[in-house]
Amino acid sequence: MSSIGTGYDLSVTTFSPDGRVFQIEYAAKAVDNSGTVVGIKCKDGIVIGVEKLIASKMMLPGSNRRIHSVHRHSGMGVAGLAADGRQIVARAKSEAHSYENTYGEPIPIKELADRVASYVHLCTLYWWLRPFGSGVILGGYDCDGPQLYMVEPSGVSYRYFGAAIGKGRQAAKTEIEKLKLSELTCREGVIEVAKIIYGVHDEARDKTFELEMSWVCDESNCQHQKVPEALLEEAKAAAKAALEEMDAD
Amino acid sequence: MDHDATADVNAPHSMGTTIIGVTYNGGVILGADSRTSTGLYVANRASDKITQLTDNVYICRSGSAADSQIVSDYVRYFLHQHTIQLGQPATVKVAANLVRLLSYSNKNMLQTGIIVGGWDKYEGGKIYGIPLGGTILEQPFAIGGSGSSYLYGFFDQAWKEGMTQEEAEQLVVKAVSLAIARDGASGGVVRTVTINSEGVTRKFYPGDQLALWHEEVEAHNSLLDILNASNPEPMST
Repeated sequence: MSSIGTGYDLSVTTFSPDGRVFQIEYAAKAVDNSGTVVGIKCKDGIVIGVEKLIASKMMLPGSNRRIHSVHRHSGMGVAGLAADGRQIVARAKSEAHSYENTYGEPIPIKELADRVASYVHLCTLYWWLRPFGSGVILGGYDCDGPQLYMVEPSGVSYRYFGAAIGKGRQAAKTEIEKLKLSELTCREGVIEVAKIIYGVHDEARDKTFELEMSWVCDESNCQHQKVPEALLEEAKAAAKAALEEMDAD
Repeated sequence: MDHDATADVNAPHSMGTTIIGVTYNGGVILGADSRTSTGLYVANRASDKITQLTDNVYICRSGSAADSQIVSDYVRYFLHQHTIQLGQPATVKVAANLVRLLSYSNKNMLQTGIIVGGWDKYEGGKIYGIPLGGTILEQPFAIGGSGSSYLYGFFDQAWKEGMTQEEAEQLVVKAVSLAIARDGASGGVVRTVTINSEGVTRKFYPGDQLALWHEEVEAHNSLLDILNASNPEPMST
């Protein structure tokens, strides 16, 4: 699947003879090698979960957050190069803020996704910039209901029922497809996302990880916030139990 | 009077005006008089003070005619771009906020009082008043212009929540007529624009058919006729 584009991959402003821009594809590899990020749209809101791989035992739990709030009504889970992801979040916050200042209403999620995607795409057009080495899963709740978008390093953005990026995305997508999302509430969705992330985590290859989750739903009053402590613990317990069940077979 | 008689003709056009916007059960009705004056001279006796911004949002303009026209032109332009970007009609709230942005940022140079009214699928019919300084206030009904001074008490008494379209239309026409009767800077005809989920309807009420006050003034005999009658009766106290 991966091919070397010798000679045509030195600059993001060079096309290969078969119409590919290799620098953008290499940027996507950075995302593919990071911890998994999963997002699902339930019937009453969005749940985002991140497999945060812990680099060192000395790190404080809860630090190096991978999920960020963009506005009261929306948040992003970031995969890939952390510093690049931080810039994307900063830009999203700035766009949301300036939209509300001008138009007097919270930015529609579709518009926010468009603006973030345009910005990421912008950075693939000039030789003196490099593409972002991170992708984001953006979830929000506006007057058109809950919506989930994913923005890739190429600047492409689609709207999804369920999305996954990072190491375990193939397995995660398979698991998401088994869910009946239109019937799940966010409470149930949180448990399912935890199970998926625990399920795709590769104990052999990777070190320990911390599960980070957030939601924006009716129960959270359409505000983007961390999943409440009690529910998070319940989800982790359910996920571990499900793993043991699988191992026991 | 020895002031220059042509001074009025060259003075800036202002719209001593009566403008009204009311919400009803299903949409909004905007109403206005039609007098544009320059000083004491009526420059236009049939002007249209209700201006379209988008398919579903209209505004009533008062104050300086030039200023309010420029503001409405800019806001129409911005709303057009916004609609294209969003892929759906702009909401009344967004239109009102754009008017407010211009009014507030340029408050030292502008003199406009604007009422924004329209219908969108999220909030239904909404009215926003944006008076001189650039405040924005969402209201169930709004009044503006010089003639509105005479209508505050009237609306306190006559306004009610959840009127039908006919009730609201009659209220608006009556109110503008009353203001025209008392305010020298308001006059001409009454124009109304109704906006709801089905679309926009414009109506026109000619000036000579408006009730001057709540009952038509009936002709009665003058004193002279009584004195000339063959049998003058003593006046009752």
